Amino acid sequence: MIRKRKADDKRQWFLYSANLRTKTLVIIAISILVIVSIFVSGYFIRDIPSNFASANQMPSLEHLFGTDWMGRDMFQRTIAGLGLSIMVGFIASAVSTCISVILGLFSSFNRVADEFVAGIIDLFGSIPHILLIILVSIMFGGGVYGVIMGVGLTHWTPLARVLRSEVKEIRTKEYIHLAENLGKSKVWIAIKHILPLVVSQIIVGVILMFPHAIMHEAAITFLGFGLPPHEPAIGVILSESMHYLSSGYWWLAFYPGVSLLLVVLLFDLIGENVEKLLNPETAQE
Amino acid sequence: MNKQKIAKYFGFKLVRFIILMIAVAIFSFILLDLSPIDPVSAYLKGAAVSEAQRQILQQYFGTNVPLPTKIYHWLLDLIQGNLGTSLIYRAPVIDVIFEKFTASVVLMAISWLLSGILGFILGVLAGKNKGSWIDKAVKVYCYAIQSAPSFWVGMLILMVFSVYLGWFPIGFGVPIGVRSTDATFMEWATRLVLPTLTLSLVGLAPIAMYTRNELVQVLSSDYVLFAKSRGEKGWDLVKNHGIRNILLPAITLQFLSFSELFGGAVLVEQVFSYPGIGQTAVAAGLQNDVPLFLGIVIFSAIFVFVGNLLADISYYFIDPRIKESEFND
Repeated sequence: MIRKRKADDKRQWFLYSANLRTKTLVIIAISILVIVSIFVSGYFIRDIPSNFASANQMPSLEHLFGTDWMGRDMFQRTIAGLGLSIMVGFIASAVSTCISVILGLFSSFNRVADEFVAGIIDLFGSIPHILLIILVSIMFGGGVYGVIMGVGLTHWTPLARVLRSEVKEIRTKEYIHLAENLGKSKVWIAIKHILPLVVSQIIVGVILMFPHAIMHEAAITFLGFGLPPHEPAIGVILSESMHYLSSGYWWLAFYPGVSLLLVVLLFDLIGENVEKLLNPETAQE
Repeated sequence: MNKQKIAKYFGFKLVRFIILMIAVAIFSFILLDLSPIDPVSAYLKGAAVSEAQRQILQQYFGTNVPLPTKIYHWLLDLIQGNLGTSLIYRAPVIDVIFEKFTASVVLMAISWLLSGILGFILGVLAGKNKGSWIDKAVKVYCYAIQSAPSFWVGMLILMVFSVYLGWFPIGFGVPIGVRSTDATFMEWATRLVLPTLTLSLVGLAPIAMYTRNELVQVLSSDYVLFAKSRGEKGWDLVKNHGIRNILLPAITLQFLSFSELFGGAVLVEQVFSYPGIGQTAVAAGLQNDVPLFLGIVIFSAIFVFVGNLLADISYYFIDPRIKESEFND
């Protein structure tokens, strides 16, 4: 491990030799730029023109990802779908983060609260995730709203578990006891003394939540829950392309899937690099 | 002494199981009760009935009583093993689930075994040759497959093997026009190959990554350095010092993956139109078949619990260190 890192440092990197910190920051910046540009361009793509004269075309320079049965450009549809996925991922992560932070801090109150939080985490973990998402999205009546809530209300368990164990450790510290003896309320201690210490875990947890949320959004729309068939979500595009598999229109399924894979990998990359920066053991290299 | 301990252990697990099941039952029931699905409308499927008839039906289903009473009725029926009648299949839910679950269990069991064995072998190969092309290939593969939606992987496999090579039929549990009970074993097996392959290829990534990282850690430890200085090397070294240490946590991890296995099966069954529990769950969800969906949720929770229990047991009974510490008590 050590030897490898030394070799990396000696090598000239791109334009100049940078240290690991700069490299990490550059990687993060580029990844965020790509994702934001996908999101923004996906937002502006509305009403993709259908042109039956150029239906079912192979990928070419004119249509990078080919065209579908209505002659719509698959590249535009894919970008629009990815934008939608990223948006759902954003909202879902925000909802999930709020839930896990509240539950994590709530577990600091006393033993009963702690057991309660552990019980809820167990309950959510005992139902297979995809069924749980379907269950919640049915509860909200399906549609876009159902999908967002289904994905958002079920992704908080890993982060909540991490926060709970962190909080458990912090609670044994002396200054917490001191604050309790000084008569500060539990909420005050949770916000002033515990929350600042777990911020880095929360940030990493949120970024690592993203790819899961996006994948589950694609899965759930693929199964047919939520979004209407004309909406260009990735899952809808893929489930539509299922009908054309036996006709040999491979590009309808291949390229949207690859793009989704790349977006998920980008989020993973950001998460790993941010974690590298925030973790004190690796931040100083 | 030891028997007592085991009895106590299982008693504790049983109590936990019962509490968890009741919680899951109540939780899922409340969620579906809050949903805008009206059971009577779902039953009627848009058929025109008069208001009086609708009220008779409401009376019959017991939908116009307060929520606690409904939950009480539901739990009472559940304990008696009565999960109601499926609205899609017009058959008792328990029969439908039993039939579909057996089809799925075959699929899941084979792919579970395959992914475990393949993943472990790949992990060991990668960990032993750390930094070589084989290690890099395994790492890239694992990263990619973990970020790829499993249904998309299934579609790619379907495209390659069924559409281009034409080796396997495109989906369906049995050939068209043949009753599922009349299908021969071979017909059944050929349709099982591709879903199993997909689930195994997707499922081996976590276990391979875990095994690889653990083996790398073990091989850089002091006792391996000592073994090397004694002259052990190559495969013997890995076999004697590495595999013994890694195998047990790897098995435990594999047992803990039952939940993801089920989720993967839901998606893969949808792609290959394999008539298993996952496809039934999706159909029940899409067509508002509340009793069937509730039943599937409960059975899947039991399935996941069994996986976790097996993981616990494998830790408790196989690991020599835990046994030793018990003797010392």
